[in-house]
Amino acid sequence: MIHSLFLVNASGDIFLEKHWKSVVSRSVCDYFFEAQERATEPENVPPVIPTPHHYLISVLRHRIYFVAVIQSEVPPLFVIEFLHRVVDTFQDYFGVCTEAAIKDNVVVVYELLEEMLDNGFPLATESNILKELIKPPTILRTMVNTITGSTNVGEQLPTGQLSVVPWRRTGVKYTNNEAYFDVVEEIDAIIDKSGSTITAEIQGVIDACVKLTGMPDLTLSFMNPRLLDDVSFHPCVRFKRWEAERILSFIPPDGNFRLLSYHVSSQNLVAIPVYVKHNISFREGSSQGRFDLTLGPKQTMGKAVESVLVSSQLPRGVLNANLNPSQGTYTFDPVTKMLTWDVGKINPQKLPSLKGTMSLQAGASKPDENPTINIQLKIQQMAISGLKVNRLDMYGEKYKPFKGIKYMTKAGKFQVRT
Amino acid sequence: MNSLQVERGAEDVYLSRMSTGASYNDQGGAEAAVEAGQESTPTSSGAGAGAGAAFGLFSTDFKKNEDLKEMLESNKESLKLEAMKRVVGLIAKGKNASELFPAVVKNVANKNIELKKLVYVYLVRYAEEQQDLALLSISTFQRALKDPNQFIRASALRVLSSIRVPIIVPIMMLAIKESAADMSPYVRKTSAHAIQKLYSLDPDQKEQLIEVIEKLLKDKSTLVAGSVVMAFEEVCPDRIDLIHKNYRKLCNLLVDVEEWGQVVIISMLTRYARTQFISPWKEGAMFDENNEKAFYDSDSEEKKDQMEAKTYIMDPDHRLLLRNTKPLLQSRNTAVVMSVAQLYWHLAPKHEVTIVTKSLVRLLRSHREVQYIVLQNIATMSIQRKGMFEPFMKSFYVRSTDSTHIKTLKLEILTNLANEANISTILREFQTYVKSQDKAFAAATIQAIGRCATNISEVTDTCLNGLVLLLSNRDETVVAESVVVIKKLLQTQPTQHSEIIKHMAKLFDNITVPMARASILWLMGEYCERVPKIAPDVLRKMAKTFTAEEDIVKLQIVNLAAKLYLTNSKQTKLLTQYILNLGKYDQNYDIRDRTRFIRQLIVPSEKSGALNKYARRILLAPKPAPVLESAFKDRDRYQLGTLSHSLNTKASGYQELSDWPAVAPDQSVRNVEVIEPVKEWAPLVGKAKQRKSDEKFYSDEEEEKEEEGSDSSGSEDSSSSSSSSESGSESEEESSEESEKTSSDSGKSSSGSEQESSSESESQQKKKKKTKKAPQKKSKPAAADSDSDENGNGPVAPASSSSADSSSASETDSEDDSDSDSPAVQKKKSDVKSKPKVEVKSKKEVSLLDLDDFSPAPTTKAPKSAVLSSSLLSDLEGLSLSNVSPAIQVTTPSFGPVKTYELLHHMTGKGLSAKYHFPRQPCLYQPSMVAVQVVLTNSSDHSLEEIHIGDRNPASLNLHCFNTIERLEPEASVTVSMGIDFSDSTQAANFQLCTKDDQFSVSIQPAVGELFMPITMTEQDFSKEQGKLLGMNETSETIAMATANTSSQAISKQVLSVANVGVVSSTQNNIHRFAGRTVSSGALVLVSLEMKESSSALLTINTEKSVMASMLLRDLKQALAQA
Repeated sequence: MIHSLFLVNASGDIFLEKHWKSVVSRSVCDYFFEAQERATEPENVPPVIPTPHHYLISVLRHRIYFVAVIQSEVPPLFVIEFLHRVVDTFQDYFGVCTEAAIKDNVVVVYELLEEMLDNGFPLATESNILKELIKPPTILRTMVNTITGSTNVGEQLPTGQLSVVPWRRTGVKYTNNEAYFDVVEEIDAIIDKSGSTITAEIQGVIDACVKLTGMPDLTLSFMNPRLLDDVSFHPCVRFKRWEAERILSFIPPDGNFRLLSYHVSSQNLVAIPVYVKHNISFREGSSQGRFDLTLGPKQTMGKAVESVLVSSQLPRGVLNANLNPSQGTYTFDPVTKMLTWDVGKINPQKLPSLKGTMSLQAGASKPDENPTINIQLKIQQMAISGLKVNRLDMYGEKYKPFKGIKYMTKAGKFQVRT
Repeated sequence: MNSLQVERGAEDVYLSRMSTGASYNDQGGAEAAVEAGQESTPTSSGAGAGAGAAFGLFSTDFKKNEDLKEMLESNKESLKLEAMKRVVGLIAKGKNASELFPAVVKNVANKNIELKKLVYVYLVRYAEEQQDLALLSISTFQRALKDPNQFIRASALRVLSSIRVPIIVPIMMLAIKESAADMSPYVRKTSAHAIQKLYSLDPDQKEQLIEVIEKLLKDKSTLVAGSVVMAFEEVCPDRIDLIHKNYRKLCNLLVDVEEWGQVVIISMLTRYARTQFISPWKEGAMFDENNEKAFYDSDSEEKKDQMEAKTYIMDPDHRLLLRNTKPLLQSRNTAVVMSVAQLYWHLAPKHEVTIVTKSLVRLLRSHREVQYIVLQNIATMSIQRKGMFEPFMKSFYVRSTDSTHIKTLKLEILTNLANEANISTILREFQTYVKSQDKAFAAATIQAIGRCATNISEVTDTCLNGLVLLLSNRDETVVAESVVVIKKLLQTQPTQHSEIIKHMAKLFDNITVPMARASILWLMGEYCERVPKIAPDVLRKMAKTFTAEEDIVKLQIVNLAAKLYLTNSKQTKLLTQYILNLGKYDQNYDIRDRTRFIRQLIVPSEKSGALNKYARRILLAPKPAPVLESAFKDRDRYQLGTLSHSLNTKASGYQELSDWPAVAPDQSVRNVEVIEPVKEWAPLVGKAKQRKSDEKFYSDEEEEKEEEGSDSSGSEDSSSSSSSSESGSESEEESSEESEKTSSDSGKSSSGSEQESSSESESQQKKKKKTKKAPQKKSKPAAADSDSDENGNGPVAPASSSSADSSSASETDSEDDSDSDSPAVQKKKSDVKSKPKVEVKSKKEVSLLDLDDFSPAPTTKAPKSAVLSSSLLSDLEGLSLSNVSPAIQVTTPSFGPVKTYELLHHMTGKGLSAKYHFPRQPCLYQPSMVAVQVVLTNSSDHSLEEIHIGDRNPASLNLHCFNTIERLEPEASVTVSMGIDFSDSTQAANFQLCTKDDQFSVSIQPAVGELFMPITMTEQDFSKEQGKLLGMNETSETIAMATANTSSQAISKQVLSVANVGVVSSTQNNIHRFAGRTVSSGALVLVSLEMKESSSALLTINTEKSVMASMLLRDLKQALAQA
């Protein structure tokens, strides 16, 4: 399936290659570079590129292109999903997935890739299994290894490989047994000029960090499971149980994992937490434009709206912006024409605003379209859909774990058209 | 330098590790130089030299590799490890490290596992180039293949098979074969991977490899399944026949297979299903669950007929696949979700495909690349099935942050989704897009508007006006695109739009984009008669600027001139000539050619040919309007989700999805074969094993059914409904167990039966179950027999007919044996029906454990009836009873105890008494015999010895005696079974029952009803056969019915108590049909009872044996008349 993998950095250098079958010359990447040149933005490189003898399937993460070389028919999503899994694994191992991190840990990277694919077919992608095979590098372990001569590589077949719960390793021990669940919801919305909602939906995930001894069997139930419209599970969740009782029953993997992602049914009206008053105008014939933006909280159920960040791609004709924020800081990049305004927390008593003028290229005509405003925000301790975890129970082990559940709402792709 | 390096390494490994990154950079030159030297190696399959060669210009420092070599050869493990790490670093950078091969390969047997792994990495990378040296390592792997640690065995096989050295092909082959039989599933998985490697190394091994694949396909481990299917796809994707036997297993394992394997298996099964099942998309076909369930109802009948029938009935295996893949839509793996979606798209009945929509839309939240692929697939789907995605239209609204290809795809989908109802919303959305700063996207939007306008006639005018407004847009591309689209739109309906053409002519001066100008000119020419005043004026302007125009515009000017010349030569003759002259000397030969051609065509001269006459018709011919259609129109020729689909070209290795077969291939091929026992009744372990998978098959189905039920009732109340059904089934479970117990108890109580008979019934029972599962199965001889029976010829095979039996007789017995609390038992039995899972399980226990103490009668019937009814009940869930009601009666054991007849009274028998009854079991001894059970009781005060059968009368009577009973104690009784061939007559069989001292003449006179064997057939078959047995072979009479007997249940009860026949399920409520055949000659006996008003009925019996018919008629009449 996957023949070879090339890692290409932002400047177009191949800094790592790995082959699972016969070696494919790296010149095959020239086709990729060609496509890269044609694309105006890094994201515009097509994910699937045909070449005379091979097919290149690439993903872009952390400004690194992971280019897989394929020789024959394979579902493209198969490769894409796998590449993303590789990136996730790297991130898991090294904390970040940057060129520097990969170069520093090139041996571990190689060992990982060797285990993840056999002859181009995924072999072990489960984080718990991989970590038993190859221990993540830490400074301490590196030190110890140098002194004792022990290695990062496991000698036994990971217990997960053969068990019915391949995602969990056996013999886990913790002194503090804890299980944390983060319910994070993101609002995707498009708000039109007049402030009415064109489309809005809520996508949520439950990320878990479980550090429990032994083989705990957890059940998580919701107060209002009917909110969840479309769900996808970590393989550990027992599907039948969910179907029947709407209860999440699972033996969790060890460590961090995404238990569930869900979509809140579109019947429910989505509460839009902020409103934007905007007045962005360009006058015909003058080289000046007005920019006036005010943010205010809308439906937040009394919770504070935090970490608000407003960004907008201003039209090409804009040379500079001279703005005055009532709070926070703003930056304008004259090259990319990107305006970002770091607002911080919205104070309902004193609404944050950004006012001022934009200078346009002399003689340039008025831009057709006003820029779109993208908003990021966070609301702590609230899931905007109203989803609530009812209880978390543990079976199969004797100790009493510490349980914690946290709610958060974020703006996903939240756009305001002006 | 070398020594220095070694020193450094020895002192400070840890430090050097920290600085590895830097040191690799330093080495760039050296390795590159080596690589440049080795460029000719055959491995680099791509074109041209590696980019690394460029570094060859720099210093050539081989010494660094020397230093690595020395580190590798040192005896310090840490040094070696360090060196290997650096070597791996080189490989990772694409640098050549092949010259280190000898030094590295020595470490292959090292104990340090990390070092070993790194050596493996190296070996796999370079073995192909250094084949001779690579052979040195082989023995190490061969040894490791025998290691007790499965992990080491597996990794040895991995590396061994990854070394692409043709010489070791036989060794690899051997290793693969051995590993395929390994204890550890992990090793077997590895061997499945190795198969592909060996195949790509040496395709000649195909045949042998297929054998291994065949073997591994049978593997029950979920770990292996994905990998072996992958190997199958790679090596022999066309050997669909290998899948048959494993199809159900794969379906059932699917959920537990790891996610990557799921993708591969699903796509393979999609292909498989397209070759094996018939299309669920037939027009006029009914897809409702009723139909599908009706299938189960008919399980004991001939299915083929139903298949041929007009209503489409889905193959249960087809349904199995759909059901078992459905939960995977919830997978976190996008590839799995996509593959399930494509499976549904290609295999499911149209109305079921919609369940994938939500999941696909969910995937749009994922990474950009995932979105791209998913949108492509949705685009293709949305062309054919608008309705699927229309509710989710808003999910396809474009965001300014989307990348260009995502935007275009979303636009494509929105356009596909547009219909009368939503077009206004979509157009409003498009208005925003048109203003987008991304001009390419704006242009694409205009095209999309054009498409909407052509597809939906209601909005054509609105769109056209909107587009005309866009003509005054400041942006060139937008205007140009608008003109082009307007041109196309006008062409479709030119009549009313001269205003627009005029408007465009006015704008003409401001438009500079050549394509747009050309389009306007073409419009002028084409519709010059509608704008007679403006057109010549435009031509005049163009004549002035001709030389400065682009080629494409020039061509259109020439065209315009020609057309105007033909329509309005008075005004334009000179202009045309002027333009033609200009064109004649143009730089571009296309224009010169065109000019010459036009001149010859339109200007009359002596030389001008015959074409001149037709000039008008040539130039001003009505032109068909261009069709504005989706770019994804033709993509559906590729399987969704494939690379080929994504690229819209056939990728290498693409496996075409075949069309549905017109006639379904033999379904029985999927039945898992069981080794046929030497004697039918010999219990086999293999069977039990086999049953396990079957059991799963059913249980899953059952669960699915529950699921579906809850689905249909809406997600809102699904939780409650499904949970209730759960609890219900639990209680059923209990009761079924209970009833099982009673039946087995009763089995024990009826002691004295031979073991053969019990095991016989055992095997029948198994068979019965199998036939139930796949009634068409022909692989088994017995089943084949039953087929021939039904066709009316061939000998009556007792086993087979019993397997086809609806178990009426045995039913009676069990009631009899299990005391008189039959109502209670019955109730339990009917409970059992609803839980096939439990039933099957319990049956298994029965057959495995209780072999010895089982009398034949109860064993067969309890499970039989339950199995039959299980499907029935599931059919009945939520369904109307109408079409299945008659069939229920078979299974409810509603008729009373079987009659027992006296053979010998204890007074006449001097203390020996004998009673007999007809167990209605197929006779074990000879198929033509009727089984008779005789209960011998000693009621005297002394024991009787040597009880046996003596002379018989007539002497030719074919009789199977029971073995002599040596001794019968006082008050003891024994049950023996014998077989009597009555030769289809009710003539009594006379024989002597002897004890040591006495002989008693006895006779057994059978009721006519006992001379039959029940058979099962479909209603169609019944009427077909009945058609053959008319005239003399038909006996009928209108009879009076007792009022108590008018319910169908009562009728069945009465008829079955009289005659050993089988119920034929009927779709008509007022006609009851029963079928049987005579035991001895196998003649068909068909009984039908048509209910009339006022408790009378027409009883018809069709059979060749008219004597028997009249006797049967008499008996039935009597039975039905009495309450």
